[in-house]
Amino acid sequence: MALLPDDKVKIRVEELSFFYGKTQALKSNNLEIADRRITALIGPSGCGKSTHIRTYNRMFELYPGQRATGRIRMDGLDVLDRGSVDGITLRSRVGMVFQKPTPFPMSIWDNVAFGLKLKGCTGTELEQGVTQALQEAALWDEVKDRLRASGLSLSGGQQQRLCIARALAVRPEVLLLDEPASALDPIATARIEELIRGMRGSLTVVLVTHNMQQAARVSDYTAFFYMGELVEHGPTDQLFTFPRERRTEEYITGKFG
Amino acid sequence: MKRVVLQRKLVNALMVGLATASAVVALVFLGWILATLIRQGLAGLSVAWFIELPKPTGEADAGMANALVGTIQVVAMAIGFGVPIGLAAGIYLAEFGKGGRLSQVVRFVADVLLGAPSIVIGVFVYTLMVRPTGHFSGLAGAVALGLLMLPIVTRTTDEMMRLVPVSLREAALALGAPEWKMVLRVSLKAALPGITTGILLAIARVGGETAPLLFTALNSPYWSLNPTEPTATLNVTMFNYAMSPYADWRAMAWSAALVITTGVVLLTLLARATGRKAR
Amino acid sequence: MSTLHTDRDYESDLRKLREQLLLMAGRVEEMIGESVRALVDRDAALARKTIDSDHKVNRAELAVDEQCLLILVKRHPMASDLRFVTRALKMVTDLERIGDLAVNICERAIDLAPLPLLKPYEDIPRMSDVVQSMVRDAIDAFVSSDSDKAEEIMQRDDEVDELYHQVFREILALMIQDPRVVECGVHLQSVAKYLERIGDHATNLAEQVIFMVRAKDVRHAGKLGG
Repeated sequence: MALLPDDKVKIRVEELSFFYGKTQALKSNNLEIADRRITALIGPSGCGKSTHIRTYNRMFELYPGQRATGRIRMDGLDVLDRGSVDGITLRSRVGMVFQKPTPFPMSIWDNVAFGLKLKGCTGTELEQGVTQALQEAALWDEVKDRLRASGLSLSGGQQQRLCIARALAVRPEVLLLDEPASALDPIATARIEELIRGMRGSLTVVLVTHNMQQAARVSDYTAFFYMGELVEHGPTDQLFTFPRERRTEEYITGKFG
Repeated sequence: MKRVVLQRKLVNALMVGLATASAVVALVFLGWILATLIRQGLAGLSVAWFIELPKPTGEADAGMANALVGTIQVVAMAIGFGVPIGLAAGIYLAEFGKGGRLSQVVRFVADVLLGAPSIVIGVFVYTLMVRPTGHFSGLAGAVALGLLMLPIVTRTTDEMMRLVPVSLREAALALGAPEWKMVLRVSLKAALPGITTGILLAIARVGGETAPLLFTALNSPYWSLNPTEPTATLNVTMFNYAMSPYADWRAMAWSAALVITTGVVLLTLLARATGRKAR
Repeated sequence: MSTLHTDRDYESDLRKLREQLLLMAGRVEEMIGESVRALVDRDAALARKTIDSDHKVNRAELAVDEQCLLILVKRHPMASDLRFVTRALKMVTDLERIGDLAVNICERAIDLAPLPLLKPYEDIPRMSDVVQSMVRDAIDAFVSSDSDKAEEIMQRDDEVDELYHQVFREILALMIQDPRVVECGVHLQSVAKYLERIGDHATNLAEQVIFMVRAKDVRHAGKLGG
């Protein structure tokens, strides 16, 4: 299912299977993630879409009993190969934002500086990095006068943008968003979506969402997962108007169960 | 139909009445104890009690200053010994043990230790430290109290850190943080208010212990700033004075009881305050 | 598409839209038949009755419009449902235009009723039969998602066009021969033109069906360049 020419592909997933102990959660996924474009993963709960992206930064390897087989080539290099790609380095290249906002119990400034400090940034470089990330996350104007306040003092939507700023600060090549707006109200959601669309062209974004309208609004490409299988992958406009697969059609028109 | 409703209402009223009565009975006795303690304790309290050394019975201006300082000394040393080890053990259980064999064993041992009578700990430290060196010491007392704190600190650290959401840890790791940095800078920080509460409660708990100190720090009528010597503590001094036949000593024992209780109450209140702030 | 929507209300919303469209199309088809019958039978009363009934079609158009908007707002339809609803929105305007054209034919029928017969009606009733069948089949194809049938309808439009040119030339020749029949001839030419337009609208309906089913836009095929 080659959708894109090689030079437009940031991540090429080949025969990816995933196991929680003896339970197989992903079945031979083959997927291309377009470079500096937004790819949405949709599907019913438990279809494996979150599990799928958690392999891109090898988040799963922190848990005993979870393992992935197959290849995930990022710029040609297989990130599942522990010998050639170190987990910590990988995760500084592949950022991740979660469903619930996860501000650390520290100040707004320290939250954003966290990743930069890990990379060894200090002084003006650190200062600039934090400011820029907060600006990119469209949070700067709201927090510039209270950077020392606790990150937990922000509203839910602001907390989530803080987490996005924190992820952007380390200048990742890929950003994984795991249902980033599902716990937010419509206005906060709209802000996050605007933010995500703004990343197009500069960052490769993979967005997991159970909100199909959100996928349709935000993404360039959409992939539909069902029971651990990648059913269909294509340009978003096409997938939501003329899906090729019957299962996709049934899911997006609400004919499941 | 109506009969059933009536019957249920009656049973309900009866049960609520019983529960309320039990609570009142418990409160009455507690209040009685506290009232007696305050009345008797205040009677024997004076400036001298806080600044003078113990004197033979009948002499004026006798005090328990050495025991007060000794208690602070022994408890401080116990904190220095019990808290870091307990903290480290708790972190290991919550973050690195991950349900492995060793963590199961450690958790079990901590739970057993939590329920062990404090006198057993006293006897254990006596065999371990007092017998070989040939004399009682403040240090041995501190080790005994530290051992009592250890399981409390370990278990609260463990519990509090396991309450930190997985997503918070993952968020730190997803930024490329090594595991140990994530634990120290994010998990521990998030759990700190809860852990502090646990530590304060542990201090309050061991601050009121007498039995293990009888076998370890023993007692002394003098200042004992050297931790290798027997050290006076409020609890043991109070015990001795309360058993004495002299009315003035018994009055001082009441005062010691009041001071200890006040200290424990203050620590508990502080613990509750930090606990609330955490939420 | 045998599977039903998990949400029963959604399913009944879509069913209601389908029924409204069917009813409207049925009414429009009847109007074509009645208008041509009024013309052939010189029945001005039938023509007036048909003109009066046009408001039903107009009301049906509004109802379908509203039902479509309601579904769009409430359900955010996707894929085949989205195609169905958006096509319904477009088809309803074609149907309404067909109704208007039938009204136009009726008006000409009223004008022609007192005038002498130019020649026996042959080609115009034939045209009427063809365009009526086109409208009927287009709606059938829409409801049953049958794109083959829709494609066949588009071919029938060529027949209508041919008939139109034939009628036009015939009447033109008659008018050149005898200028007294010009009034009558012009009316008849208009009727033929209206029927031809109905055929075009029926073709539009068919195109929408093909788009809906095959996801292929056959409108303006090869005419947009590039």
